[in-house]
Amino acid sequence: MATTGSQPSPTDLLPLSGRGTLGVGFPARWRRGRRLPPFVIWAPALIVVLLMAMPLVYLVLRASEAGSDVWRLVFRERTATVFRNTAWLAATVATASAIIAVPLAWLTTRTDLPLRRFWATVATLPLVIPSYVGALTIIAALGPRGLVQESLAGPLGIERLPSIYGFPGAWLTLTLFTFPYVFLSVRTALVGLDPALEEASRCLGRGSWRTFFGCVLPQLRPAIATGALLSALYTISDFGVVTLLRYDVFTRAVYVQYRSSFDRSLAAALALLLVLFAIVLLLAEAAIRGRSVYHRSGAGTARRQRAIHLGRWRWPALAFCGAVLALSLLLPLAVLLYWLARGLSGGAGADRLWSSISHSITAGGLAALAAAIAALPVAVLAVRFRGRLSAAMERATYLGYALPGIVIALAFVFVGANYLTPLYQTLGLLIVAYVVRFLPQAVGAERLSLLQVSPRLEEAARTLGRSSLGAIVAVTLPLARPGMLAGAALVFLTVMKELPITLLLSPIGFDTLATDIWSATGSGSFAEAAVPALTLIAISALPTVLASVRGGRSIDRPALPSAPAMRQ
Amino acid sequence: MIAESLAPTEPTDVAAAPPGAHLPDGKDHPFQDIAVRCVGLEKRFGPIEVVRGVDLDAERGRLLALLGPSGCGKTTTLRLMAGLETLDAGTVEIAGRLVAGPGRDEPPERRRVGMVFQDYALFPHLSVARNVAFGLARRHETKRRMREVLDLVGLADFAERMPHELSGGQQQRVALARALAPNPAVVLLDEPFSNLDPELRLTVRREVRQILADAGATAILVTHDQEEALSLADRIAVMWDGRIIQTANPEELYHRPVDRRVAAFVGDAQFLPGEARGRRVDTVLGPLPLAGQAEGAVDVLLRPETIRLALAPEADPTNAQVTNREFFGHHQSLTVQLDAGGALRARLGSYGGIRRGDRVQVSVRGAVLAFPRATQPDNSA
Repeated sequence: MATTGSQPSPTDLLPLSGRGTLGVGFPARWRRGRRLPPFVIWAPALIVVLLMAMPLVYLVLRASEAGSDVWRLVFRERTATVFRNTAWLAATVATASAIIAVPLAWLTTRTDLPLRRFWATVATLPLVIPSYVGALTIIAALGPRGLVQESLAGPLGIERLPSIYGFPGAWLTLTLFTFPYVFLSVRTALVGLDPALEEASRCLGRGSWRTFFGCVLPQLRPAIATGALLSALYTISDFGVVTLLRYDVFTRAVYVQYRSSFDRSLAAALALLLVLFAIVLLLAEAAIRGRSVYHRSGAGTARRQRAIHLGRWRWPALAFCGAVLALSLLLPLAVLLYWLARGLSGGAGADRLWSSISHSITAGGLAALAAAIAALPVAVLAVRFRGRLSAAMERATYLGYALPGIVIALAFVFVGANYLTPLYQTLGLLIVAYVVRFLPQAVGAERLSLLQVSPRLEEAARTLGRSSLGAIVAVTLPLARPGMLAGAALVFLTVMKELPITLLLSPIGFDTLATDIWSATGSGSFAEAAVPALTLIAISALPTVLASVRGGRSIDRPALPSAPAMRQ
Repeated sequence: MIAESLAPTEPTDVAAAPPGAHLPDGKDHPFQDIAVRCVGLEKRFGPIEVVRGVDLDAERGRLLALLGPSGCGKTTTLRLMAGLETLDAGTVEIAGRLVAGPGRDEPPERRRVGMVFQDYALFPHLSVARNVAFGLARRHETKRRMREVLDLVGLADFAERMPHELSGGQQQRVALARALAPNPAVVLLDEPFSNLDPELRLTVRREVRQILADAGATAILVTHDQEEALSLADRIAVMWDGRIIQTANPEELYHRPVDRRVAAFVGDAQFLPGEARGRRVDTVLGPLPLAGQAEGAVDVLLRPETIRLALAPEADPTNAQVTNREFFGHHQSLTVQLDAGGALRARLGSYGGIRRGDRVQVSVRGAVLAFPRATQPDNSA
């Protein structure tokens, strides 16, 4: 009928053509039009993104300074060894994690295994043990003059065990403390699987085993892959385990290069190689996760499925669960308690412990606050003002996942020592480095909680007279508060456990629980490490306890999914 | 300029509404009676034109329904009026003030629109009272106004409840109260009844209609349910594929749809081929009187309730046989096979002894409407 009106200009369409990984579906009606986000949102977001990019940019510049030396280093024999070791360790840890985690996940979701809930909780608990504490306990138990050897030496006269140092120890430790990533991912997928598919398979004449291998396992493949990639990513980023167990991978090589040589460009080059490795894993994970949408079951509550009867298989299944529990939880705790008992009789300094605890809490608290605030503009931009630019900004913050702690530590040491000398070795710079490292966690949690707030609510506030910013403040933020707190708590906990950044950037005399453990291990005095290690584990276990308490009273709001949140 | 008072205005004389104005032709009306005027609205999302030139006038104090199949762009049109989407072309005037157009795009908070969302969008962290007071300036009349509106929707006793403690129908009324509280120039309702179960829907519809009338509010209601539009609205604009194809009052829309699409969308429609000659049309049922004039090959619109059936002994000759009968209690639906070919459905009252297999004579009540024979396929968005 009416055909008045001018043709829209091509620029009008620009912000709408941006397709985030999530926003491919058309037409998302609430997708915002041309309205620009307020200055108070995009300006801080830009600053945060620039900060995130800083370490990487600096490393690139620094590495390029070395000129042709870089290529010599990159193509050196030792670099190839380091690369091989890193890849081998990542692959074996990921595989072993999957081999432990998939049966555990299946047993705890689909079968009549006794104490299913208990085992499911137990399987996630190794995450609360910092991996370097795990390494410490493995050394204390299986190392030369360790507990196992000592107890064997007496009656059996065995003087030497196979060495735990190098690959076997690193592999064992990292597997024991990263398999929960795969477990969480697979368990979530198993719970979300449409039971109708399995029922259909059963009706078509396949038994429970053939149904598992023909119908369930193929659908779990993406979940297994993302979990395994997460565990691999953790492995290549890990600094504490490989350094303590002396296995030559990138993180250790970077550290050694930084400690031993004058020319830090080479350390920067190695660090860049490591980042490249991490980015590849991260992209692979994102690609697989992007395709695995069909795993979610449709709307509505999933029906409870009939549990598979294990019968006689119950006993081997229980033995398997028990073995995992013994190795990943009981062994470290037993070792630490043993050393605690021995240390207490020797009398350890309580003052020192208190100052370390307060330092850890100070650093963690400030970092959590800073990260929660820094993440907010980025998350708001990504959720409420979708477009190419805001998606790019959000993704830039995820770079933190691909930056291992040692790499960030190194970049900040360089920048601090050369350009920001007054800030070098101050608490401020330490906090900034923490924020760069852990911002993705905060952005992720805030983004999730903002996504749960319907844009309709903001629109309702707009039609009732609030400005764009006013609507966010009056409606969105109060509703997103639980998620923001969760994000901050997560940052707090991971900062407490963080090792390489703390080690390299702490102000002099600023001892934390993590650095206490590290220096005690370095000098072989496990008794001194036991108290801070147990304290750290107790603090890390707190949110698990809180989560189970909170879970009881959250009526109106769905809890945040835990799998991405647990990621470090 | 429109007066500030949105308090109950004298209801406009219904009889004064010009019948048969297919086009929203604002010039027929006194200026102040138009609460919302949209001219040539256009909106595209990426390559897809969702709204392609919509003209729409909403008269003050009355309820306009924007009716169309899902995906036709009606919700987008509503959001364009509210300022929740940005126009690509066209103008929106609210209460005589240009709020969107070339070089002008007022944010939603300054447009004086109240919006009732499909999922109500009640703020879950605020009580009913604070939800309703959300749009009110922080003055001491706030409380009075909040009470007043809650009284209006009959929820005065629920002020301190939280939204999740209310039933669906109550939430609906809170959403309406919240939208009405700041005295908006127009209340926009986006599929407001679709979240309610069918039994509740009828009651809530009636309540909403009554509340809007009591408040003297102008309202624009988006719906895909033709029954809802016909029973609630003072005026209906039918939207199809991004355009308004007919604006009329409910009776006119039902009895005189502009084309086959509208005819089929607003009610049960069946078409009988015929040859029009001026004021009558020749069909297999014999010559039928035409409403209006036409020439050549046409399709005659027959609503089931306009078809009369007479049983064989009294009626002679017969021209059809009953092939199916469905009894619904308050009415019955019969399918007849015409001897000359083709089948028709007839809607009859609850009583009457026609059964399956009976021979009947089919005739048509009143003048019929005819459309040029369809050649283009009916494509919907």
